[in-house]
Amino acid sequence: MIKFDNVSVSFTNKKGQRVDAVKNVSFDVKDGEILGIVGTSGAGKSTLLRTVNQLQLPTGGHTIVEGKDIGTLSGKSLAKFRHSIGMIFQQFNLVSTKTVAQNVAFAMEIAGRSKDEIKQRVPELLNLVGLSDRADVYPNTLSGGQKQRVAIARAVANNPKILLCDEATSALDPETTNDVLQLLEVINIKFGITIVLITHEFDVVKKICHRVAVMDKGELVEIGDVFDVFTKPQHEFTKTLLSHTFDLDLPGRLTEDKSKPLVKIIYNGEKAENAIVSNVVKLYNVDVNILHGKIEYINDKPFGILIVQLIGKQDDINKSLDYLINNTYRTEVINERY
Amino acid sequence: MNDTNYSELLNNLLPAFGETLEMCGIALLLAVVLGTPLGVLSYITSKQSICQNRVVNLFVGFIINVIMSTPFVILLVLLLPFTRFVVGTSIGPEAASMPLGIVAIAFYARLVEGNLHAIDKGVIEASLAMGATWFRIVTNVLLPGAFSGMIRGLTVLAVTLVGYSAMAGIVGGGGVGDLAIRFGYYRYQTDIMIITVLLLIGLVQIIQTIGEKASRKVQK
Repeated sequence: MIKFDNVSVSFTNKKGQRVDAVKNVSFDVKDGEILGIVGTSGAGKSTLLRTVNQLQLPTGGHTIVEGKDIGTLSGKSLAKFRHSIGMIFQQFNLVSTKTVAQNVAFAMEIAGRSKDEIKQRVPELLNLVGLSDRADVYPNTLSGGQKQRVAIARAVANNPKILLCDEATSALDPETTNDVLQLLEVINIKFGITIVLITHEFDVVKKICHRVAVMDKGELVEIGDVFDVFTKPQHEFTKTLLSHTFDLDLPGRLTEDKSKPLVKIIYNGEKAENAIVSNVVKLYNVDVNILHGKIEYINDKPFGILIVQLIGKQDDINKSLDYLINNTYRTEVINERY
Repeated sequence: MNDTNYSELLNNLLPAFGETLEMCGIALLLAVVLGTPLGVLSYITSKQSICQNRVVNLFVGFIINVIMSTPFVILLVLLLPFTRFVVGTSIGPEAASMPLGIVAIAFYARLVEGNLHAIDKGVIEASLAMGATWFRIVTNVLLPGAFSGMIRGLTVLAVTLVGYSAMAGIVGGGGVGDLAIRFGYYRYQTDIMIITVLLLIGLVQIIQTIGEKASRKVQK
């Protein structure tokens, strides 16, 4: 659907220095998928995304959408191409002097749709995003989540094949973020619209993305299935980005207690559903004291972290540790004595 | 001090008031009709804008600056041949409204441009992403977005023009301000000066009140 072929973007900043925002990025976005691009701010994700609808021209390489090199488009052909790509933004970017319905209609007017078609489709779109009752109000009376819903209705008004989301949930609170993400998922499934979503929050990726691309300092460092990247990050940067998920904070008195081993168990996939901990207790006659833990579900696959204390004879503890190491994704002792 | 003949004053004051309104009205009309597109042109050709064009932008900016930096009295005289060509005469309120209009156009173009710069760039980007032409962005996003500010700008302009119009006496333009200078200043008729100044203050107050109300009313 979208092919980034060695895309680079560089520009000169105000101080006259050359900035390489995107460096030789190549990867494909598959038809119908939700692909997340994550990275810290300034990683070049937004710039890369903007090459898809030529809000940004690549200074090197090509962005190819459905076989067409976007860099070659201009004037009418560019405008026509842009009608087939929806985009939503962090700050919603609604026209403040138009009502909700007029904002949605605006996208269709631009695409040259007839008045009758607009009149018929706008209520359908507002119904889709659950804002039928707000059709005639101005955006400044809406909440952030509602504004983003209007923006989504506007973005899909012309039945685009692709929807670009530029930090679309970054200005929203967690609950509203979930609602908006659910709406995006519905749109992806119902209309088969390919979604490219950029965010600095891995949580967003975990919730709806099928695949994820990780960017750091303008480069693509990792791309793959969300579950794989999340559970087996290959690149140092990805590991850092995910570190908050792996680090469960314990009070100091527990980590400083060196008399018993403190064990961090990470398990994924099918293994997460096996009763590994309970097996250890039965097999090796140790007590397991669970101190911290969580289980995440990514694309319906479980991924869990537990921090436990093993209490028992030294020999039993060693055997338990061996068993855990062999039967989990990763097991490590995190207090220093062991 | 001379004794003031109030009926004579009234006979002078009413036409003068009409002349002031006429001069300022024509100038305001010119400002809206020509200053608005000029301001839009200056904005859309500016750096990083939707029709970036350095040559046009510098040219427009230069013309506006020349008009704005020339003292009005000088401009009044400099433009005499132009006024004669357009209006057919170089004296009277119609003639005075020409240089007044030129200043108004330049002044208003800058005010419009300033209001356009205050519009959120994100909305323009969103419109571009939807495939909108520059013309559609101007008519659907920029002008409606700047409308409230443009009305406020028009108020400022109207008040300024009332002040400028006092100098129209130099080309026989008349008006209340001219009356204040001729009777109040040259003939030391302080009471007339005070009356005319009070009249001007009243006029400015009315303009300001109407302008602010209108501006608030169109704000979304």
